[in-house]
Amino acid sequence: MNIFSQARRTLGQPDPNFGAPLDTTKGTILYVEGISVSFDGFRALNNLNLYINEGELRCIIGPNGAGKTTMMDVITGKTKPDEGSVYFGQQINLLELSEHQIARGGIGRKFQKPTIFEALSVYENLELATAADKRVWWTLTQQLNSAQKYRIDEVLLQIGLAELRHKDAGALSHGQKQWLEIGMLLMQNPRVLLVDEPVAGMTGEETEKTAELLVSLAGDHSVIVVEHDMKFVRSIARKVTVLHQGSVLTEGTMDQVQNDPKVIEVYLGE
Amino acid sequence: MLTQRLLLSDRGGMIVLGLVLIAMVLVPVCNLLIPETSSLHISTFMVTLLGKFLCYALLALAVDLIWGYCGILSLGHGAFFALGGYAMGMYLMRQIGPRGQYGDPLLPDFMVFLNWSELPWYWQGFDMFWFAMLMVIVIPGLLAFVFGWLAFRSRVTGVYFSIITQALTYALLLAFFRNEMGFGGNNGLTDFKDILGFPIAADGTRISLFLASGFMLIIAYIACRYIVTSRMGKIIVSIRDAETRTRFCGYKVESYKLWLFVFSAVLAGIAGALYVPQVGIINPGEFSPLNSIELVVWVATGGRGTLFGAIVGAFTVNYGKTIFTSYSPETWLFALGALFVIVTLILPNGLVGLFKRNKKTPTENTVTAVESKTETAATKETV
Repeated sequence: MNIFSQARRTLGQPDPNFGAPLDTTKGTILYVEGISVSFDGFRALNNLNLYINEGELRCIIGPNGAGKTTMMDVITGKTKPDEGSVYFGQQINLLELSEHQIARGGIGRKFQKPTIFEALSVYENLELATAADKRVWWTLTQQLNSAQKYRIDEVLLQIGLAELRHKDAGALSHGQKQWLEIGMLLMQNPRVLLVDEPVAGMTGEETEKTAELLVSLAGDHSVIVVEHDMKFVRSIARKVTVLHQGSVLTEGTMDQVQNDPKVIEVYLGE
Repeated sequence: MLTQRLLLSDRGGMIVLGLVLIAMVLVPVCNLLIPETSSLHISTFMVTLLGKFLCYALLALAVDLIWGYCGILSLGHGAFFALGGYAMGMYLMRQIGPRGQYGDPLLPDFMVFLNWSELPWYWQGFDMFWFAMLMVIVIPGLLAFVFGWLAFRSRVTGVYFSIITQALTYALLLAFFRNEMGFGGNNGLTDFKDILGFPIAADGTRISLFLASGFMLIIAYIACRYIVTSRMGKIIVSIRDAETRTRFCGYKVESYKLWLFVFSAVLAGIAGALYVPQVGIINPGEFSPLNSIELVVWVATGGRGTLFGAIVGAFTVNYGKTIFTSYSPETWLFALGALFVIVTLILPNGLVGLFKRNKKTPTENTVTAVESKTETAATKETV
C-alpha cells in the first residue's frame, strides 16, 4: 500500500474529472480552511479561513506581508501548506494537484507583474491559453477549430484588444498587457479568477476600464481581487476581506471594514 | 500549405538549405568526375571535411532547438554526440572481423590486448547495421530521458542545469577513459575497414557519407521547423519567456522540456554516428566538456533561435578553426574566446542577425525598458 501511494506520488496524480459539473450545492465554490504556511520559521499564513461564493466578486486587502500572495500560491498549487485544506467545490481537493492541473480545472491566476508571452502576438497568446488538450503530443498537430476561434474573438472584444490582435504582445502598453493576461485567463473558461494587483501602475483611465471589466466578469465567474489601491477597491467591492499577519482580520462591506477599529489600527499604526 | 509553413515562410532557411543542396550536387561531381589535374577538382580530404561540417551543423541544430527556442542551455550535448558516435564505432569495429592486428574473428584488437576471452554482453548485436542504428537513437535518447526526467521534474533550470550537463559529459569522459569499460579506453575505437561492405576510405564511400550527412541535415531541419511552427513550438517559446505563466495556462512544462530535450539528444546522436565513419575514430576526447562549450559558441555565433543560424555558425566557426589551426594552432583558443566575447557584446543575434531586418527596432526595445522601469516605480508608489 505504501509503495503504491509512493509510486502514485512519483508519477503524479491523474487529472481529476473537472469536466463533471462542480458540486457547489452549498453556494460556495472555494473552501480554504485552517491554512498555515511557514517559510524558515516565518509564518506567512496562520490558520487562514476563507470561503468564496459562486459568482462573487471579492476583494482582499491587507498591509504588506499579510500573506495575500502566499494565499494565492496555496490555492493555485505553487506552495504546499503545512496544515489545512483547500477544496474546489465540495469534491476536489486542490492540495493533491499540481499547478497545471489546477489551471486546467478552472482556476485562473493573474500575476502581480503582467506575465504574457512577449515574443508572440496578442492572438497567439490567447491561442495558447485556449482550453484544449494540452498534452505534448497533441499540441504538435493541433489547429484551432472554429468554436475556439470564435471564443478568441469574443475574448478580444471583452478585453478591448480586438484591433491589436496581430500586434506583438511585448509592444503593448502596461495596461493592455494586464488586460491581455486577464483575457488569457478567460480563454481557459475558469470558474474562479485570482487577480493579483490588477491596477498597479495603471493610469486613471485604464483603472476605470479594468474596474468595469472585473465587475462584468463577476457573476459568470468568481473573482478574487487582491489590491492595494483603496479607491479602486471601493469602486468595485461588494465584500472585502482584510488579511493581517496571515489570517483574516475582518470581513464585510467596504464601509464596515473601513470603520472597524482593528483595521484602522493595523493600517495607521498605534 | 505545409510547405508554405515549413519552408517558404523561412527565407534564411531556404537559402541555407539551398546552399547545402547545391553542395550536395557539386561536390560529388567535382570529386568523382572532374580529373585531379583540373583546378575545379575537389579533393577527398575536402569532401570529408565538408561532411564533418555537415555533422557539426546537425549537432548545432540540435542545440539551437533547445537553447534558442526553449532556453535550456545544455553544456553536455557533446555527450549525446559521442554516444551516437560510439554506437556507430562499435558497428564498424565488429565489421573488421579477422582483419585486425591480432586476427581474432570476434574480438576487437583492444580486447585481445587486454586478454579478454569473450565479447562483453553490451557488444552483442552490434555486428548488425540495423541494430547499431537503433542504438544510435535509443542510447542518447534514453540517457536524455532519464537525465531530463530527473532534472526537469525537480525544476532544475538555468545555470544549474548547464552545470549538471557539464558534469554529465565529464563523468562520461572519465568513464570511457577506463579500459575496463570495454570501449577501447584512451585510444577509443579506430582502424575501421568498411561500412555496409564498402571500404571506408574509398572515394565513393566518402561521397556517400557526405550525401547521407547532407540528407540527414535537411530532414532534421524540416523536422525542427515542423516542431517550432506548430502550436507546440509556440508553447516552447512561451516556456522560454514565461515559464510560470505557461504552467498556469495548464501546460505541464516538465513534459515539454523533457520531450524536446530527448529529441534534441537523438539528433545529436545521429550527428555523431555520421561523423565517426568520416573521421575514422571515436575516442573519449569527444566527451570533453570543452567540445560542448565550443558547440554552444557555434550556435551563438550563427544566431540562436533561427535554426538556420546554427548551421551558418557551425560552418563559419569550424571553417575558421580549420584555417586558423593550420596557420597558427596556438592562438586558436584565444580566437575562439574573443569570438564569443564579440558575439555576446556586438552581435546578440549572431551572424544571421546582421542580415535579418528585425521586426523590433532597438529604439522600440529601449522604450519598453524605460516603460517597465517607470512601471516598477509606479508599483512601489502604490504599495
